[in-house]
Amino acid sequence: MSKVYIALQDNDESRYIVEAIEDDNAEATVIHMPAMIRIEAENFLTVRRETVEEKMGRDWDVQELHINLITLGGNVDEDDEQLTLTWNE
Amino acid sequence: MAAKKLNIKDKYRLLTRDLDWEFSYQDHKKAFPFEEFEGIKITDWSKWEDPFRLTMDAYWKYQAEKERKLYAIFDAFAQNNGQLNISDPRYVNALKVFLTGVSPLEYQAFQGFAHTGRQFGGVGARVACQMQSIDELRHVQTQVHAMSHYNKFFDGLQDWSHMHDRVWYLSVPKSFFNDARAAGPFEFMVAIGFSFEYVLTNLLFVPFMSGAAYNGDMATVTFGFSAQSDEARHMTLGLEVIKFLLEQHEDNVPIVQKWIDKWFWRGTRLLTIVSMMMDYMLPNKVMSWKEAWEVYFEEAGGALFKDLARYGIRMPKHADLIAKEKEHVSHQAWWIFYTHGHAAGFHTWIPTDEELDWLSEKYPDTFDKYYRPRWELAKEMEAKGERFYTKALPQLCTTCQIPMGFTEMDNPTQISYRESIYKDERYHFCSDGCKEIFDEEPEKYVQSWLPVHQIFQGNCGGPDVEDVLRDYYRMNVGADNLDIKGSPDEERWKKWKGVA
Amino acid sequence: MSIEIKTATLEPVRNTYANVERRFGDKPATRYQEATYDLQSEANFHYRPLWQPDLELNDPRRTAIVMQDWYAFKDPRQFYYGAYVQQRAKMQEVAESNYAFFEKRDLARFISDEVRADIIRYLVPLRHVEHTANLNNMYGTAYGFGTAITQALLFNGMDRLGMAQYLSRIGLILDGNSGDALVDAKQQWMEADIWQGLRALCEETLVTEDWFEVMVAQNLVLDALLTDLVYRQFDNKLNEQGAQDIGMLTEFMQLWNKDTSRWMDAVLKTAVAESDENRALLAQWIETWRGKAAEALAPLAEAMLGAEALAEALELLDKRIAKAGIK
Repeated sequence: MSKVYIALQDNDESRYIVEAIEDDNAEATVIHMPAMIRIEAENFLTVRRETVEEKMGRDWDVQELHINLITLGGNVDEDDEQLTLTWNE
Repeated sequence: MAAKKLNIKDKYRLLTRDLDWEFSYQDHKKAFPFEEFEGIKITDWSKWEDPFRLTMDAYWKYQAEKERKLYAIFDAFAQNNGQLNISDPRYVNALKVFLTGVSPLEYQAFQGFAHTGRQFGGVGARVACQMQSIDELRHVQTQVHAMSHYNKFFDGLQDWSHMHDRVWYLSVPKSFFNDARAAGPFEFMVAIGFSFEYVLTNLLFVPFMSGAAYNGDMATVTFGFSAQSDEARHMTLGLEVIKFLLEQHEDNVPIVQKWIDKWFWRGTRLLTIVSMMMDYMLPNKVMSWKEAWEVYFEEAGGALFKDLARYGIRMPKHADLIAKEKEHVSHQAWWIFYTHGHAAGFHTWIPTDEELDWLSEKYPDTFDKYYRPRWELAKEMEAKGERFYTKALPQLCTTCQIPMGFTEMDNPTQISYRESIYKDERYHFCSDGCKEIFDEEPEKYVQSWLPVHQIFQGNCGGPDVEDVLRDYYRMNVGADNLDIKGSPDEERWKKWKGVA
Repeated sequence: MSIEIKTATLEPVRNTYANVERRFGDKPATRYQEATYDLQSEANFHYRPLWQPDLELNDPRRTAIVMQDWYAFKDPRQFYYGAYVQQRAKMQEVAESNYAFFEKRDLARFISDEVRADIIRYLVPLRHVEHTANLNNMYGTAYGFGTAITQALLFNGMDRLGMAQYLSRIGLILDGNSGDALVDAKQQWMEADIWQGLRALCEETLVTEDWFEVMVAQNLVLDALLTDLVYRQFDNKLNEQGAQDIGMLTEFMQLWNKDTSRWMDAVLKTAVAESDENRALLAQWIETWRGKAAEALAPLAEAMLGAEALAEALELLDKRIAKAGIK
């Protein structure tokens, strides 16, 4: 098993995104570090537009993720609905 | 007419992908002349997958938002004299290394991706490279602006680009990027887009920037993380390039593997400088180099290579050796700079007792055995008023250009030397990895502008080292170099803080 | 506690970076200055490029234009990355609301079939010209010399990609997002007689070696002529035919052209002022490319606008050339 991960700047917007990620990825681990939040999971992690919108209470474009993104690991698949990270085993 | 809704993939394809056309009036190869000489076979550029599908309007919008935030912080930092909030004036020396050693690489990345962004035959790959090119320009410029305020209050930042082209240790990063840019466009992508961006820049930006936050440097952590938000796109481009090359033709696999071997080795040598920044130059420490290496290289890189195994790609050569080196390189590198501190454009120092204890704790297998005794000796000498500086100019490895200070990993007291003879000339190397890179393309590496050779040949002024530093490097001798103790930087800091 | 610090002790040691100080004196510098001057390496390159072994990685000899100091090409807009993206983001915001308004109110329905066909025939194929311009500006970015001009070329190159995408969106608005208009426009570009001269010229710019020459051919000659033909004269014609709302979708290009000609005119003036050799060379390049462009655009201009249109555009180009001190 390999870990995919995503790290976000520690700010107010990211808190909603992290909440959404936690909801959609039960297995994910959230690690708080100085100025950043790192979320990792085995092989698969998804950020879903709908869940983030629910948390934020406003429209949210998946591409807005990039404003707060620090790094990620895994094969990326992004479309209007979600951004997914995977490793193939 | 009710317009059908386009999803982002279709929209991007329609807006971008079919902009180019089959030439009728000129030879297409003449417009894109560098695609074939490396032996890479591209059968169909349209198979290129655009990972993020960012159109220019979205690019302007999101990047402007990042810039607005970033510059608001730079302004606040300068207006409030944010430099007073850093943990310790020693910290600024990491920024000096960054501005003189790393920022110019961002510039070379801007140039290199402009080159591939013009030369690739497929519009999708070209546009992705162009966006990376302009991002890299962003990075060098935001770094220059972030450091601008520090430059007004600390020595050693003032002539960063002049120094980058000349100073002995800065030829290590400079030659790394020159090497990649001098290569063909596909090797450049594997070197920088994949090897450097995908695995290695994380080690530079993520733990080090966290460290900046931990040391009270708001300006640097802000540009660092803001730059990283572009980096996520760049990493993904790097991975897409590799997958694309491997999927295009099986003949590409051994070529790509050879480049991966070369550039991971070259990259780990380059990161030596980051290792010492992490372990020695951050007064408040986030994690050790070894820990960062384990998270970002071994774990992340391991997952990556497991994923790529389906194409027949294996871990980079010498990965086993690299795994051992994480216990040693930061200590060996800082020692080189400590002992050559009179010729460095930043200050050096002996770690404090607490820091020595921290290093002992983080490196239980090596620090006390091999490195702590050196520092204890240095402390004794300093106490006697005999702060140690070596007189000799170091011999440099022809490939990575780092002074020969690395040791054999199975015998860490034995300096590692390798050599090759090419056209009756003898060339020296720090490792098998560097020797192999030379042997593969000797006609390239014999061109290396080795700073110490250049000094001996009289090409950098002189005759004394101090003349070279003052006239050729344009250092303010006595202010930019030597130990932090007694430096103008330290004096000013004490005055600001009201300590004697 | 910063409150206890006497202001006198916080006097800066220097006002700016040493390279900026050498150029402009020891005083606070602008962000443009610190982010532009002397950024590019000029000395001690390690290896010759495998793809061009007769030259250094950064080498002023990739053009026949000779400058004492390549940083003489100051951008009058003083665009560094941050200033550039923020300026374009403002323009983008207006454009976005224009496009959204146009689509929401379905303003396309007021455009006659005939005019609609004209837009697809004359306006949408320009996306391929913008794409050429993108490559030509990237060419100067990659092989030009000195950050002052290479960064401006990069910004221009990215702008051209953006405009290629805006033009594509006009096609999508007209075809209800089917992409048919883009296919039709590409067929025009590839096959229609009126476009072949321009397409051949675009291909020729892409194989021209001297980056400064490419810049002049693209950003001065071709852009000046096309801007006048398309964004002034054709725009007027659309107005007369009741398709004035298309102007909402091309406003970005109109604003952009104003912004960019200011830069391009400054570049020419600087190169001319440097030496008689530069002036002679520029005069020769401009004459050559003006001739080629006039020939290439003649059938297109006539079909799109009538017999007099090209002459008007050429007159405006000649004025700019004269103003730069070339003739």
